[in-house]
Amino acid sequence: MNLIEIKHLRKDYATHKAVDDISFVIPKGSIFGLLGPNGAGKTTLLRMITGIFYPDQGEILFNGRPFDARTDIHSIGYMPEERGLYKKMKVGEQTLYLAQLKGMSEKDAKDKIKYWFDKFEINNWYNKKVEELSKGMHQKVQFISTIMHSPQLLILDEPFSGLDPINANLIKQEIFDLSKNGTTIIFSTHRMEQVEEICDRIVLVNQGKKLLDGEVKQIKQSFKQHLFRIEVGVMPNFAQMATYHFSIIKQEGLAYTVKLSEGSTTNDILMHFIRHEIPVTFFQEILPSINEVFIQQVTSIANETIGITNESQPAYS
Amino acid sequence: MNKIWLIIKREFTTRVRKRSFLVVTLLVPLFFAAMVVVPILIATNTKEEKRIAVIDDSHLFMNRFSDDKGVYYKYLINTSVDTFQHKYADYGYAGLLYIPELDIDRPGGITYYSNAQPGLAVESRLTRRVNNLIEEERLKKANIDAAQLKAVKSDISIDFKTGEEGKKGSSAVAYGVGYASGFIIYIILMFFGMSVMRGVMEEKVSRIAEVMISSVKPFQLMMGKIIGIAAVGLLQFLIWVVLIVCVQLILPLFLPTDAVAAMSEGGAMMQSGSNAAVIEAMEKIQFVVGSINWTVIITCFIFYFLGGYLFYSALFAAVGSLVNEDPTDAQALTFPITLPIIIGIMVMISSVQNPTGPLAFWGSIIPFTSPMVMMARIPYGVPGTVPYWQLGLSMSLLILGFLFTTWMAGKIYRTGILLYGKKITWKEAIKWIGRKS
Repeated sequence: MNLIEIKHLRKDYATHKAVDDISFVIPKGSIFGLLGPNGAGKTTLLRMITGIFYPDQGEILFNGRPFDARTDIHSIGYMPEERGLYKKMKVGEQTLYLAQLKGMSEKDAKDKIKYWFDKFEINNWYNKKVEELSKGMHQKVQFISTIMHSPQLLILDEPFSGLDPINANLIKQEIFDLSKNGTTIIFSTHRMEQVEEICDRIVLVNQGKKLLDGEVKQIKQSFKQHLFRIEVGVMPNFAQMATYHFSIIKQEGLAYTVKLSEGSTTNDILMHFIRHEIPVTFFQEILPSINEVFIQQVTSIANETIGITNESQPAYS
Repeated sequence: MNKIWLIIKREFTTRVRKRSFLVVTLLVPLFFAAMVVVPILIATNTKEEKRIAVIDDSHLFMNRFSDDKGVYYKYLINTSVDTFQHKYADYGYAGLLYIPELDIDRPGGITYYSNAQPGLAVESRLTRRVNNLIEEERLKKANIDAAQLKAVKSDISIDFKTGEEGKKGSSAVAYGVGYASGFIIYIILMFFGMSVMRGVMEEKVSRIAEVMISSVKPFQLMMGKIIGIAAVGLLQFLIWVVLIVCVQLILPLFLPTDAVAAMSEGGAMMQSGSNAAVIEAMEKIQFVVGSINWTVIITCFIFYFLGGYLFYSALFAAVGSLVNEDPTDAQALTFPITLPIIIGIMVMISSVQNPTGPLAFWGSIIPFTSPMVMMARIPYGVPGTVPYWQLGLSMSLLILGFLFTTWMAGKIYRTGILLYGKKITWKEAIKWIGRKS
């Protein structure tokens, strides 16, 4: 069951196509990563999902029905990258106000505030003005006001920027807990190490277009370079390492990075070492990080465009 | 609707709870009270005494300078002006009036010596006195009895009655009330308009706008702010009316007794001289209260206050949504909005003098200026000076006007509020209006 289905979404700005024919689905209960460099169209995409913008073309299905901003925005919690709270308002009043605007009754909202403020141990902030808070405290309050109304869909745009490791961990744990309880989470970022740690699925966009989407594990598999890391107990001599099954990419002491030749298997590599009576202490496939996939995908497209422009320019020689 | 109500409530309570609201709300009536009380206190408390020496070589005005308003004339005989003009200060005189030998038909050479500038009041009083005395001498010379002449002189004032009922009116009063209400509307438009703009800017710059827009429609957010601030303005206005009434009731307790007596007895104390101005003012106020249709004025005032505010505040909100971090942008962007308001106040000033002229007519019909200009005309009389059809047309156009500006501003606001970092011009913003949603 998909919570969100996005079909051929388009949004044009005066000068460029912000979102150009993007389709993907977000399964219910998943943690979904929306990745892309700055200016890729992530924020525009999120603003369409949250009902802030209307798409020029295409369709968004929410729970299988066409997205209706009037009712469905109550099921969404959105923490934009550009964060903000009313500086002169007190923390408690602020969260109460934002919760009421999401359709909660005053009583429910107050109960929830008590629950979350207890959980985050910030009860003594209730009467503090927002402008008195540090950036990290500000972020916590913002996070609480985003999840107060128990949204079905939680959209977090760069949720960890500006957080110290302890608070980042707290929020990360909260994201996992919410996900366990059935909340679907869209996580927009360009920090790739977080994506691998947190997300089940990702979609990668660049210049308004979708480059790829799918499960994190599958994507890593499909971009693998057939690289393996081998660590050995004794230093082999040069002749012992010569074989058509693999080539050595890198050597660091007793650790080798090798590339499997086409037609060979991992067992061929291991057999080779065993035959030479070299004890193997470690053997693991090296999968590309999402970061590498990301950079490779984004730069290969950038190179294409650069290539085109270079041709039109006279060569210097 | 529920959400817009929440927004209105927030805008209202955060502003009303601010210390500055209390300060402004209390200081303004105090300021008005001071404007009334201070001149009265000064008028009744000036006990400054001034002695002026008079040397009269013509011997025509012997002891005919009578003392008044703290000015005492001392007639000096057998004193030479040449020596005394250097010494009068040593004898405690503020100045020396010298009248040489005079040919009554061609007087000249009358001089007033003083160290300090005598001031406009003393100058004109002295000149008038000397002229009166010379006139009297001439009458005597021409064998005309001064009392007889006084009896012949006419000093009546015409009663100007306007309208079918022949209600007694006064152009001066209408002028005063018209000018004041036009000016108050001007201040309201500027003050509360800017307040809306700053509120929108705050939401945009602090980035709360995007969080808000994910819960409410931009139009709701804009209207909530506009209505919330209007409620603050109305509350403030109400408090002022109550406070001003209270101040007027309490005021007599703090004034010196003769001023109070002057107030209560009206013209009866004319002879006390120093209170003449106060009494005159009091009579005028009583006259104003009697001659003006206050129900019409206050009703129209509230209508034009709200109409004008709604008309302009939407535009100010649109400007606020266009401004980025740089507050100097705001000045350039507000100019096209403040300009018609300033033109309005100028048309108002001219209309209050000529309330039936073409400038006054058009100014009070066009919604950009009508709140100010119409308020300047209304005290002259409805339907006498302002026919019902003009009032109706002006009001309907203002309502249509604010519906239009709100619609237009809503379109600009919706796009502008989420656009960061880029400097936006009016030209671009106008293009957004045509865009479909």
